[in-house]
Amino acid sequence: MRMRFVELTVGSFMVMGIIALVLMAFRVSGLSSQTSSNTYVLKARFENLAGLTERAKVSMSGVTIGRVTKVYLDPEWYSAVVEMEIDESMSTLTLDTSASILTAGLLGEKYIGLTVGAEDEFLEDGDWIEDTQSALVLEELIGRFLFNKAEG
Amino acid sequence: MTMFDRYLAFGRRGVEAIQSLGRATLLLFHSSAWGGPGSAGFSDLIKQIHSVGVRSLSIILVAGFFVGMVLGLQGYTILSDFGSEAALGTMVSLTLLRELGPVMTALLFAGRAGSALTAEIGLMKATEQLSAMEMMGVDPLKRVITPRLWAGLIAMPVLALLFSTVGIWGGAFVAVDMLGIDEGAYWGNMQASVDFYEDVVKGIIKSVVFGLVVTWIAVFQGYDSIPTSEGIGKATTQTVVISSLAVLGLDFVLTAVMLGGV
Repeated sequence: MRMRFVELTVGSFMVMGIIALVLMAFRVSGLSSQTSSNTYVLKARFENLAGLTERAKVSMSGVTIGRVTKVYLDPEWYSAVVEMEIDESMSTLTLDTSASILTAGLLGEKYIGLTVGAEDEFLEDGDWIEDTQSALVLEELIGRFLFNKAEG
Repeated sequence: MTMFDRYLAFGRRGVEAIQSLGRATLLLFHSSAWGGPGSAGFSDLIKQIHSVGVRSLSIILVAGFFVGMVLGLQGYTILSDFGSEAALGTMVSLTLLRELGPVMTALLFAGRAGSALTAEIGLMKATEQLSAMEMMGVDPLKRVITPRLWAGLIAMPVLALLFSTVGIWGGAFVAVDMLGIDEGAYWGNMQASVDFYEDVVKGIIKSVVFGLVVTWIAVFQGYDSIPTSEGIGKATTQTVVISSLAVLGLDFVLTAVMLGGV
């Protein structure tokens, strides 16, 4: 009788541990949002990423539609290449879609914002987004401002 | 006492410290593997998980909830100065998963379960139960120490996970229900920045290491104690002091190796 009680409490203890692990996986670290649903890959070339990292959001009109999966430097062009996974439900991005690196708030994280164009054809898996706009780098802006001041 | 005597005593203490470290290592070596004549069965492991894990549950859950709530309040006062209250969920969850969860659990575990282990084994030694086992041809290391070591190793990560979980929900309670931070911002920012392998799994690895170290120190202090009531009291104090220091020191090393990129 006593042993049965002990076994029961230890069993529920371990079950609580497993529930905690599952909560950590899906509720806290959002593991499901990465692996679930079908996605396709788009690539884009940027002059300057200014702190855009892997797992950053890709959004359109403020709604997240994908994630950055890979960031690397193209040794031939000396420019940064960003690979992003876009949700299959957003398969109707036009060929002249433009991508720009934006900042959430003044000091927030960097993300990619997409804006659709007017073409009839759509981007497919592995396509390049041609029209890109780099991140605003505060130092460059200040530098340009000071330079103009000195000239004027 | 002359200067020379003091010098000798200092040296003797150093030699004794190294000697007891050697005994502790031998104890771990002989008791880590299962088996041998009259060794403990699976039901002994269950009993030990009950006494070190289940019985520590209440203190862990209550402490975790309050730590989470305090993190929420304190983080809010700092983050609201920069207008970035939305990052509160990220702050609370990363702090708990990476550092406070494993470390606080290990410290509470050392105080709650570690001291009890030391006292129990010390009492077994004082009442000569351990010698009686040897007389019967039963290895007291395999019979008494092995299930306790493994129970600590299994119970600690579970406790640390529960501590973090309860803490994150405690933080959510303060942030969302009391301070009025948007619920979507709290959970969404958390999910965007917490990585399962980088943060959750590495926190679990930490707590496994702490579980081993704390139970090892506890069973060794009990096994090595002077078998008198005074000696057991001293050993219990030593367990809490040494394992707390070991946990804090190891935490720095583990953080530097796994997360700090030093």
